[in-house]
This record gives sequence, C-alpha cells and structure tokens, in this order.
Amino acid sequence: MLTIERTLEAADTLAPQAVRRKKRNPRPAWEEPPTVGGEAVKGLTLGVVLLVMVVPLWIIVVTSLSTQGAVNRAGGLVLWPDGVTFEAYRVMLEDTTVRTALLVSLGITAIGTLVSMAVSVMCAYGLSRSRSFAHRFLLTLLIVTMFVNGGLIPTFLVVTGLGGYGQWWSLILPSAISVFNILILRSFYSSTSADLIEAARIDGAGDWRILWSIVLPTSRAVTAVMALFYGVGYWNSFFNVMLYMPTDSEKWPLQYVLYTYVNRGNGMPGSVNSGFGTAFSQTAPLSLQMAVVVLTLVPLLIVYPFVQKHFRTGVLTGAIKG
Amino acid sequence: MTTATPTRPDRGTRPARQSWRVRLRRDRSLVLMTLPAVVLLLVFNYVPLFGLVTAFQEYDPLAGIWYSTWAGLDQFQRLFGDANFWNAVQNTLYLSFVQLVLFFPVPIALALLLNSVLSLRIRNFIQSVVYLPHFFSWVLAITIFQQMLGGAGALNHFLRNNDVGTWDVMTNPDTFALLVSAQVIWKEAGWGIIVFLAALAAINTDLYEAAAADGAGRWRRLWHITLPGLRGVIVLMLVLRLGNALTVGFEQFLIQRNAVGYDTADVLDTFSFYYGIATGDYSYGAAAGLFKSVISLLLIWGANKLAHAFGEDGLYRR
Repeated sequence: MLTIERTLEAADTLAPQAVRRKKRNPRPAWEEPPTVGGEAVKGLTLGVVLLVMVVPLWIIVVTSLSTQGAVNRAGGLVLWPDGVTFEAYRVMLEDTTVRTALLVSLGITAIGTLVSMAVSVMCAYGLSRSRSFAHRFLLTLLIVTMFVNGGLIPTFLVVTGLGGYGQWWSLILPSAISVFNILILRSFYSSTSADLIEAARIDGAGDWRILWSIVLPTSRAVTAVMALFYGVGYWNSFFNVMLYMPTDSEKWPLQYVLYTYVNRGNGMPGSVNSGFGTAFSQTAPLSLQMAVVVLTLVPLLIVYPFVQKHFRTGVLTGAIKG
Repeated sequence: MTTATPTRPDRGTRPARQSWRVRLRRDRSLVLMTLPAVVLLLVFNYVPLFGLVTAFQEYDPLAGIWYSTWAGLDQFQRLFGDANFWNAVQNTLYLSFVQLVLFFPVPIALALLLNSVLSLRIRNFIQSVVYLPHFFSWVLAITIFQQMLGGAGALNHFLRNNDVGTWDVMTNPDTFALLVSAQVIWKEAGWGIIVFLAALAAINTDLYEAAAADGAGRWRRLWHITLPGLRGVIVLMLVLRLGNALTVGFEQFLIQRNAVGYDTADVLDTFSFYYGIATGDYSYGAAAGLFKSVISLLLIWGANKLAHAFGEDGLYRR
C-alpha cells in the first residue's frame, strides 16, 4: 500500500508546523511596566501554590527513605534527609500482599487501558464519518447515558447477576468506556482531513485500514492523552474493588491495600498474617507506610511527563469546546 | 422494505439519501466498529435502567428481579420518614454549597494569575505541577492529607512541639466542610484552570490595546475585557456545578465517613451505598439512588434554563 505511506507524508506536511517554542511572550508596548509590589505578590502567591503541592510529596518521599533513627529523631514525618536507606522499600517488596497488589494493579491497568482504548477508538471512528448509517441514532444512544443512568445499586445487581462478583472482568468492563472520552476522540477524528481519507478509499483501503493507517497516526496526541485518562482511572480505582471483591484480599490492587490502611489506621493490609505484622517491628513503620504511598505514585510520575506536554497542544481545550 | 437501488454505491461521494440497505452495506464496518461500545453501554448502562424497578419492590437477591414482591411506593415512604436520609440530603446540599463558594472562584483566580506570567517556561512548569494532583486517587489524596493534618501528622507534630495543643482536622465534624473543600481545591483546582486558560487565550488582544490607549488601567481592563471574555465559560461551569449539586464526590466521603461520623459525612451517594449494598437493603438504596437521579435531572434542566435566561448556551443550545 505504497500510496498510503505517501498520503501519510502528505498529512505531515498538511499538519500545521509546530510553532517554535518561545521562551517568553514579549510584554506588549501598551502595557504598564510592572510594579515591584505587584510582582512580589504574584510571585509569592504562585510560590505558595507550588509549595502546597510539592511539600507534602517531598515529605512523604523523604520519610519513606529514612532510617528508623531519623524517624525517631524527627518524632514522625521527616522533613529533611537524615540517614537515607532503602530498607522500607526492600521490606515492602518482600511482602507478598504488596507484591501481589502491585502485580494486580499493573495487570488491571494494562489490560483495562487496552480494552478501553480499543473499544473507544473504534467507536469514535465509527461515529466520525458524517452521514454514515445510523450514526445519529448511535450517537444519541451514547449521549443519553451521560445524563441518565441506573445508578449504583441497579448496576451492582446487573454485574453480580451476570456472575461478576469476585471476577476480574467486573473491575474492567462495567466502567470500561467513558462516553465523554469517546466524544473527544470523535471530534478529533472528524477533523482528520477528508481528502486524505478519500484518497485512501480510492486506493481501495477499507475503514479498518483507514483507521489504523491514517486516522490513528495523525492523532497521536489525543490518543496518548485518552490512554492516560483511562490508565489513571484503572490505576486509581478502588470503589469497584470494594463492591465486587471486598473479601478476596489476594485480588486487591494497590489502591485498595492503601485504602484499608487509611481506613483502619495502622492495620496495614487487612489480613492479620500478611507479613506486615513482623515487618512493622523490624523497620520504621512510618517509612514503610510512606513507601506504599510512593509506590502508588511512581507509575503515574513515570508516565505523566510524556503525556503532559500534549495537554498544552490544545487537546483538552479543543475537546471541551467541541 | 423499499426497493434498494441496484447500483453499487459510490464510496467516494456520499449523497444525502440512499436506501438504508445500501447505506448499511456501505457503512457496515463503521457500524461494526461501534458495536463493542454499544454492547457495553446496553449491558452496563441501559439494562440497569430497567433494574430501577427494584426501587418499587422488596428486592430479594434469591428471588431476583422477576420474582421479588412488588412494594409500590413503600420504599419511598420509608425513605421520606427516615431521619438519616434527610440528614444525608442536608449534608449533600450544605457541602455542595460550601464547595461552590470556596472552590469555584479558585481556578478562575489561578488562571488569571497564571495568564499574567510572561515567561512561558515558568508558566508551563507551574501548569505541570498544579495539574498533577488531579491524577491522584482519592485514597492517595486523603492519605496525604492524613499525614499532613491528621492527629499524628506533620501539622500536629509541629503544634505539639511548640506547646500549642493539638488540632485534629481529620476527625473534627465541625470543620469537615472546610476540610473536604480544601481537599477538592488541592486536588482539582489546578486541573480546573485548563478551561479558563483556553478562554483567556481566545480573548482578542486588540481589545486590551484599545482599552489601554483609552486610558483603562489594569483593573479596569480586567473588569471590562477579561471577565466578560470569561463569562461564557463561567456560566457553563456554574451550570454544570448546579446540575451536579447532589453529587459532591463519592469516594472522598466513603473513605472519610468512619473518621468523622456518618451524621456529618453521609451524602446521598454514600447513603445509597451503605443502606443499599453494605446492609443488603437493595430496594431501599435503589430508591434513594432514584430519588437523587430524578432531582439531578431536574436540576440540570433548571440550570440550563437559567443559563439561557442569561443569554448563554449552557450545556446545550436552545
């Protein structure tokens, strides 16, 4: 399919050239020069905002890396590194509850995101060609669910009625798609150059081929952002665990393990003989707790910088307006 | 049905009207693509709508939805006579109101502030940082609050060391509304600025220049150009907030309900969960859920009417 590669190149040249990142907006000539007081207040406010966001994370990371001695000296959370050790992480990763939970979380996030993205991308493209068969009806079917839903209990009864209690799929399928995300994808796919698609069609490409070889490659940014949204949703989900598998502690994802610990004070992972009982007496309990918190943060912090730059490219703002 | 046109449809051009069979044949892959999503929505969104009949039954898990006894409006009668239910309604409305007052202006102010920062590098950096908590789970966010403000947290540690007594914010019912608002602000205010930044970027800078030439200072430009430019978005966000007045965040309250007590922290959603699922009184919980859904729909409709009255689009145009 040589022509498709050619049309893709054409798409690249058609796409607006990336504007060279400016360092600074020039201050417009008509604007008053900044006052010292004004700038100070502005800088101070933004500084406080940043500190409120960053300091708690800093304290948690530092505490998780602290020795028992450092925690004792600080009398609790550690503000400044004072004897760094990875002991808490070693103990944490040796604990089977946390290890299992980590695997469960990663698995659900990976499979769930894949399912959600496949279903959403197909649906969004299926609805994006104007005047296609029944697209108005199907679109209405989707949008209605944004305003009307059965609510918690009827949904619970349906999922359990289908035998979902304690099953992995009950953590993925009931909330696998977000209509809002589909609509965002659809608005992007609708704006994919119609000429490009027609050219491919004349070359004999079907809709599947067009979706895979033209539409998806030309909308990488929005795809990445949507995958992040879905992925974060799965990674963070804990209520559906509470609903559908509250008792199988070996199926709990990380967030639920963290939840049981938040909710029950120190009683780390629900079950008594989880290994944490002994772990607590050996190492700083606080640093161990903080290590679990950090563990739930790490995957997000790894992915976030790669996707975050696309927020700025108007992915979201365009979507919200469209 | 009608006679299909025998000619093969031309896939290049799509005339407005062809027989449905022709169009179905032409678009069969497109329809096929939407199928998985449609099936998921039918099973997990539309079927539960029929499940709402449980609100009018005395649902028995063993008998199932078809064989449970019909209860008519009994569940609702029980609901409206239940002090705990009205407590949840009251909490929901109160917390919703407090959050509206305390949270709503923050993203707007933050967006205005950020928009005035000229250095793009600093601006981008701040944006990356303030967006981040939006992606934290509520479990994580509340754990962080617990560690900072809880009884054994950083704040109380500091207070104790300076002999100022202790102040356990996390379990104090009196300050709970402030606490949850602070949590929402910390977690979502940064993310909330996206819409407002977009609206700010859409304001024509010529307007500012002309106003400045006419002698309007900073604050007058803010008042006469910036805020009118944001009006549409602000009204839209208000409409969304009013339409969701009965939804104040579910997981946030579920997690903290035990620490603060249900009489302060129970909102409609958690009420529906605790009475419906935790205690197995499914029909009762479904009735509470249905009550909430119906009022919410009315609120969305009303809020839109309000937006139209202000001459704005609101959620949908009319």
